[in-house]
Amino acid sequence: MKVTRFVARASGVAERMTGFMAHLRDNGLPVGVSDTSRVLHALTCIDVCSDEEVRLACKAVCARTADQYDQFDDLFKAYWSNGGREKPGLHSALSHQLSRNNRQSRAHSGRELPSSGKSAQVDDVDESEDGDAAQSGEGKLIASGSRNLEKLDLRELMTPESVEKAERIATQLASAMRDRHSRRRRRANRGSRLDLRKVLRASLSTGGEPLQLFRTRRPDRPVNIVALLDVSGSMLVYSRVFLAFLKGLVSHDRSTDAYLFHTSLVRVSDVMRDNDTLRAVNRLSLMAQGFGGGTRIAANLQQFNRQYAAQCVTGRSVVIIFSDGYDTDPPEQMASALARLKRRGCRIIWLNPLKGWKDYAPVAAGMAAALPFLDLFAAANTLDSLSALEPHLHDL
Amino acid sequence: MSWQTLQQQLLDQNYVASDELSMALHLSIELGRPLLLEGAAGVGKTEVAKMLAQLKQCQLIRLQCYEGLDASSAIYEWNYQRQLLSVRAHQDSSLSVDELEDHLFSEKYLLRRPLLEAISQAAPPVLLIDEVDRADEEFEAYLLELLSDFQISIPEMGTVQALSRPMVILTSNGSRDLSDALRRRCLYSFVDYPDIRTEMSILQRRLPHIEQRLATQVVGFVQALRREELEKNPGIAETLDWAAALLGLGVVDLAADPQVLQATLVCLLKTQADKAAVPTEVAQRLSGNLA
Repeated sequence: MKVTRFVARASGVAERMTGFMAHLRDNGLPVGVSDTSRVLHALTCIDVCSDEEVRLACKAVCARTADQYDQFDDLFKAYWSNGGREKPGLHSALSHQLSRNNRQSRAHSGRELPSSGKSAQVDDVDESEDGDAAQSGEGKLIASGSRNLEKLDLRELMTPESVEKAERIATQLASAMRDRHSRRRRRANRGSRLDLRKVLRASLSTGGEPLQLFRTRRPDRPVNIVALLDVSGSMLVYSRVFLAFLKGLVSHDRSTDAYLFHTSLVRVSDVMRDNDTLRAVNRLSLMAQGFGGGTRIAANLQQFNRQYAAQCVTGRSVVIIFSDGYDTDPPEQMASALARLKRRGCRIIWLNPLKGWKDYAPVAAGMAAALPFLDLFAAANTLDSLSALEPHLHDL
Repeated sequence: MSWQTLQQQLLDQNYVASDELSMALHLSIELGRPLLLEGAAGVGKTEVAKMLAQLKQCQLIRLQCYEGLDASSAIYEWNYQRQLLSVRAHQDSSLSVDELEDHLFSEKYLLRRPLLEAISQAAPPVLLIDEVDRADEEFEAYLLELLSDFQISIPEMGTVQALSRPMVILTSNGSRDLSDALRRRCLYSFVDYPDIRTEMSILQRRLPHIEQRLATQVVGFVQALRREELEKNPGIAETLDWAAALLGLGVVDLAADPQVLQATLVCLLKTQADKAAVPTEVAQRLSGNLA
């Protein structure tokens, strides 16, 4: 949390409140001038001498989402009591947020770093965690379940050409999946139903005789794609292809969501959508700590179900999982996680690079448990094999 | 009226509202802003609107959102059949095309749907837009004009201004993220599952005949159940249903009869998977924890 100080001499409530709103803005709440006036208006409806009432009122006006709702009380306390200094009771929560904020701001400032230092942007983060980590670009297959704290520079995994190609293929694939009709009707030359409103208006000029018929139809609707990419050690050699593909998918359509997982799950859609490629890569590197470590597919899928699925997976979604299926969690857990995901009405595609190998059979316990829940199980070890998917997606 | 008064009035109606919710509701009435309520299913979001309508003794107009909901079923629609008849009837009359058009697109041929209905009342009603996250983004866009300016534009007639400002309450289960534009126009409150004390008082207010011991057991059990990994956590409505069922069966002590406990769990657990996740042993452990 950013520490904000009072204006030395605030002339009145309005100015104090403006300072508070600035404090909220600094801490990521999207409040504007209209909110300030709304808060001031709200203060006239309550007993302003009670800080409890003021807190409740400000909370109702300024918080917009459940997260902000939780965060608000701390922000309020930090500003109005003791000039933003932390109280002992608050300390742990605040310092947690402080460190998170620092990380983010470092990730942002990474953009200004000279690009000559290959991995300069990552080595000042979390030195305490492992100071001696080698800056290697190669992945190691590490005993699963453990977190690999080596930090890889993802820039090496993405070249402009591969991004370009992946983007092209991603666009093709995404458009192949547009097969569902919207329930909403649009005006069209040919359609199943009459657009009575328009017919009637046009009929006025012909004395009420509906000569010209206008129609409506239900337009196609793009599906919403959710991609989960396994970046564990065993998948490392393919990460380059998949990351590029993911970037292509995400930048093609605003509603696409992307996640990376290894031993834990991170959402990367916003980062991937960053137009500043260098900054995007910096931020990705920060997020992918543990990149190339062990895999906990089932646990990550469960976390996805709990945390994100409610918001981004609907009956119109296609969930694409890129993974080799080598999992350290028990296979039953995988089955139950996928079953729960499937119940949201989405379609699940599993792209497994190993399937491209000759004589591959899905014998890994996790993979075998997952099979009954998949709508499509296909090979994907190169960009070419990805583009070969297109006809299959039409049939989904 | 202060927010404490409002809270007390809601309490008199047997609705236990938290400080946060009462303040948000109070401000939404005072500032004339819509109130967006988010929270899990079954925590009493919809109930707030009903209670408010009862309290203010005004009409409750409810719009249930669903995917594909569009302007013609939410805001207004022209009555095409009558219009067609009218065109025929006026065929030989001396009305000019312009006059005929004005006549056809007048109030007489307008079918009012909930949103238009809500702003054309003389006394301000309570407008409940339920589960707004089920409607799609296009529908949210329709709502924006209504929620910020309380007016509706009908191309053929012009803008309809609200006769009186309705008290608007939107509810959302968070099945989809709402747009910032919509959030910006609303006050916000997150309704959480109640804590033990609150749930006790809700139970006692709604079922005054329940015995203290059974009430404690019921609330303790449900609270423990919410900490289990379930697909659908039981809400307050479920707690009330269950307590009523137990009362009806004449149960006085949960621990006394495991079979009855297991049989009545149908009131709390609404999916097959959840039922399988709470077999007799688990139910006994949960109820045992209370003793």
